[in-house]
Amino acid sequence: MASTAYRVHGETGEWEVVIGLEVHAQVTSNAKLFSGAATEFGAEPNSQVSLIDAAMPGMLPTPNRECIRQAVRTGMAIGAVINKWSRFDRKNYFYADLPQGYQISQLFHPLVGEGQVEISLDEKDPEAEVKTIGIERIHVEQDAGKLMHDQHPTRSYVDLNRAGVALMEIVSKPDMRSPAEAGAYLAKLRSILRYVGSCDGNMDQGSMRADVNVSVRRPGDEFGTRTETKNVNSVRFVMQVVEIEAKRQVEEIEAGRRIVQETRLFDPDRGETRAMRSKEDAHDYRYFPDPDLLPLELDDAFLEACRASLPELPDAKRRRYESELGLTAYNAAVLTADADTARWFEALLAESARVQAKGEQEVARASANWLISDLFGALNRLGKDLAESPVSPVQGAELLALVADGTLSGTLAKQVFEIMLETGEGAPKIVEERGLKQTSDTGAIEEVIAGVLAANPNQLEQYRGGKEALFGFFVGQTMKAMGGKANPAVVNELLKKALG
Amino acid sequence: MSDITDLGIAQLRDGIRQGKFSGREVADAFVVKVSRAKALNAFIVETPEHAIAAGKAADEALAAGRPLAPLAGVPIGMKDLFCTKGVQTTAASHILEGFKPVYESTVSQKLWDAGAGMLGKLNLDQFAMGSSNETSYFGNVISPWRKRGSNAAMAPGGSSGGSSSAVAARLCPGATGTDTGGSIRQPAAFVGISGIKPTYGRCSRWGVVSFASSLDQAGAMARDVRDCAIMLEAMSGFDPKDSTSLDLPVPKWEEGLSSDLRGLRVGVPAEYLVDGMPAEIAALWQQGIDWVKDAGAEVVEVSLPHTKYALPAYYIIAPAEASSNLARYDGVRYGLRDLPEGANLQEMYAATRAAGFGDEVKRRIMIGTYVLSAGFYDAYFTQASKVRTLIARDFDNAWAVCDLLLTPTAPSAAFALGEKLADPLAMYLNDVFTVPSSLAGLPAMSVPGGLDKDGLPLGLQIIGKPLDEQRVLNAGLAIEERAGFTARPDAWW
Repeated sequence: MASTAYRVHGETGEWEVVIGLEVHAQVTSNAKLFSGAATEFGAEPNSQVSLIDAAMPGMLPTPNRECIRQAVRTGMAIGAVINKWSRFDRKNYFYADLPQGYQISQLFHPLVGEGQVEISLDEKDPEAEVKTIGIERIHVEQDAGKLMHDQHPTRSYVDLNRAGVALMEIVSKPDMRSPAEAGAYLAKLRSILRYVGSCDGNMDQGSMRADVNVSVRRPGDEFGTRTETKNVNSVRFVMQVVEIEAKRQVEEIEAGRRIVQETRLFDPDRGETRAMRSKEDAHDYRYFPDPDLLPLELDDAFLEACRASLPELPDAKRRRYESELGLTAYNAAVLTADADTARWFEALLAESARVQAKGEQEVARASANWLISDLFGALNRLGKDLAESPVSPVQGAELLALVADGTLSGTLAKQVFEIMLETGEGAPKIVEERGLKQTSDTGAIEEVIAGVLAANPNQLEQYRGGKEALFGFFVGQTMKAMGGKANPAVVNELLKKALG
Repeated sequence: MSDITDLGIAQLRDGIRQGKFSGREVADAFVVKVSRAKALNAFIVETPEHAIAAGKAADEALAAGRPLAPLAGVPIGMKDLFCTKGVQTTAASHILEGFKPVYESTVSQKLWDAGAGMLGKLNLDQFAMGSSNETSYFGNVISPWRKRGSNAAMAPGGSSGGSSSAVAARLCPGATGTDTGGSIRQPAAFVGISGIKPTYGRCSRWGVVSFASSLDQAGAMARDVRDCAIMLEAMSGFDPKDSTSLDLPVPKWEEGLSSDLRGLRVGVPAEYLVDGMPAEIAALWQQGIDWVKDAGAEVVEVSLPHTKYALPAYYIIAPAEASSNLARYDGVRYGLRDLPEGANLQEMYAATRAAGFGDEVKRRIMIGTYVLSAGFYDAYFTQASKVRTLIARDFDNAWAVCDLLLTPTAPSAAFALGEKLADPLAMYLNDVFTVPSSLAGLPAMSVPGGLDKDGLPLGLQIIGKPLDEQRVLNAGLAIEERAGFTARPDAWW
């Protein structure tokens, strides 16, 4: 079932948006694409620069096998064609952050060919509205350095730490039709990259950024002229850019002006895109095959090793959580969207099964529910992410085991969990030391019930007179008198008996 | 005892081992020769201390009874295209004036590891672009040779003109060169010495200032074939820092030397008989044919039909690569920076590169930029790349019927400085016989064949199959033995 198509409502009618994304993802690797220099984020300026990165005379690039391996694995994860023969090209232009005077990239023969990414448009039910976004290609290329204009009143400084770092440029087909689709695509791509481990996906550190191509047309018409908004660095911003740019283009066209093919910049503070340079004054990059590098030829053994090293990917995992673990579609989707979450969940699951001596599928639902509602809720409140969780998967499993064996009621479990968050202590210790154990001691409960009935003669009379809704009142009073530690099932049973 | 500086690499090496003279004496003798030859302008920088240190090291090793490295105590000249740690490396340009690398090129490091010493950095055409050594920022190199009855300054050839001039004038027994389209072979021919460019990939390009990456190849220049073999052996070998380096063992070329050419077929390509070739060159070529026959080779006529397209293809591919390779000289990180008052980044680039590059370098950057630009790329660069493939195929076909090719090295003897400067096309034509083998990445060498009517040396070129430097050297040796070339320039400098 498709939801209503996204349309920009112009003065002259409705417009359809066409979106394609070029995503630059920094390859996870200890060394740069063509040099041995380190790639750590946030290092002192120019502390991670080799002679090659600085383009000293006579220095030559040699490809880093790990970067190629990661790009190939990424290609395999999106079901793409891997080109066993590819080649590096030079993209020539002058800029102070580009020491060689050219970027080594792949224009004519990219490493990875066509593939696809599936996106879900219904959060509640991931299978309800699925769309396949085509991938045109993935090529590997060098990143540039960084200019710093804020260090000196009249001079600019150059930091070459990033110069030469390996990037994958993942080029989609113009298959997206709404801000939501563009956002879902970027989020899904990020998820896949993190599963594969080929990019950390840290958009705030610039490890992943998108060039957003947008055009508008009357539904069903030919493609319109597109603009490209550069270096957009969050899912939310990508969605904003699509919305803003589509609206701007519709206004332009409806005002009788033409859209010029140009490069634009996004200003998140002002919520607008601005022209950077138009096609007319675009660079002539004079691409040609890099004569310092031989063509890249991959053998079957290398490709096989890449394939064998791929982990279970998010869609497969999600389906398995539903079919094998019996999780709801929503829970399965939430737990598999991010590789770290899935890893955390699977640790919790394994430990829960172990301590309760049960199968994983028997403890899966309780584990999933606790993780999604209790732990996520708490982390959200504390402003932390899962990696910073004060409670470990092992501790979570201990808590769940105490609920499962009746030691803790739901209410008590929440109390214990709060203490765990505060102190970092384990549930068994907290229960032991603070006496938070639930009791099923019928003698003790009966004694309390007798006291409650004696203290509330009016209510007792009303209840016996037929006002059965007051049963809950007696349960509450009993639980309260027992400090919440009574087993609710036992309380119910004994109360019914006592009330006759 | 004869002058030490009259000795070649093998004789110096052996003499030091045999105690005929010390390494220190050898170094001192050449250092003095270099210091007295300023008129040739062959050196941009002199490094006597480096040569002397190598000489002393050889003496110490000998005294201590340690085994001597292959070139122990032999001082050589280093073309100033090789980066040398702590020693100014300029590629004969203003833009790199004063640049002292913090690293050593693989080839020069191998020579030092083999015990050689450095007399200095040799002048060259700027960024190795030129055939006469007239494009150097540090002035023309003068050939030690003069036309009979004339005092006109002659071109030593290019781009390795400092190397050729220094070896011919016996300022050093051997020198490194680099060859992109003939830059070792043509200058060797102009001054009556030997020079070999090995198969592309034999010598690492790491640390050699790039001109045209797919063509650049280092090689050896010395007074005879054996010395070339010794030196090239020390320079060659796989280097993981150069992706285009060949991962193959280095043959023992000196050991394999033999002037017996029996069983070999030497091809003579019909297309190299170009219009306007001086009769003397044609006659020398015929003489060379007779010599290799005399050495036992069978001579066969072969056809290399795409030869006439080699020069145009070369002058598209080489400038294209150069235009990109030279983009790094931008005034940002090292070398010259010309920053006019109030200039922005683009203006700094323009001012720096205008001041830092010579005319010929600018010409080639412009040609290269043009042939790579949108709309012209297919017509020029793509076509030239196809022609290159066809030229390589021509050679492959020739190898079906012969083992070596024999041609003249250059279409003329040395010309006077200034003679061709105003006509770049005439200058480019000097490479007509050397460029095809460069495009195909083949080993090729020039050996002296004789003198022309003006008393100027002429060279013969031998081209071999890929990786077959041995037979190239052997044919060179056979010619050398028969040519008996002993002429040397009178020392006027």
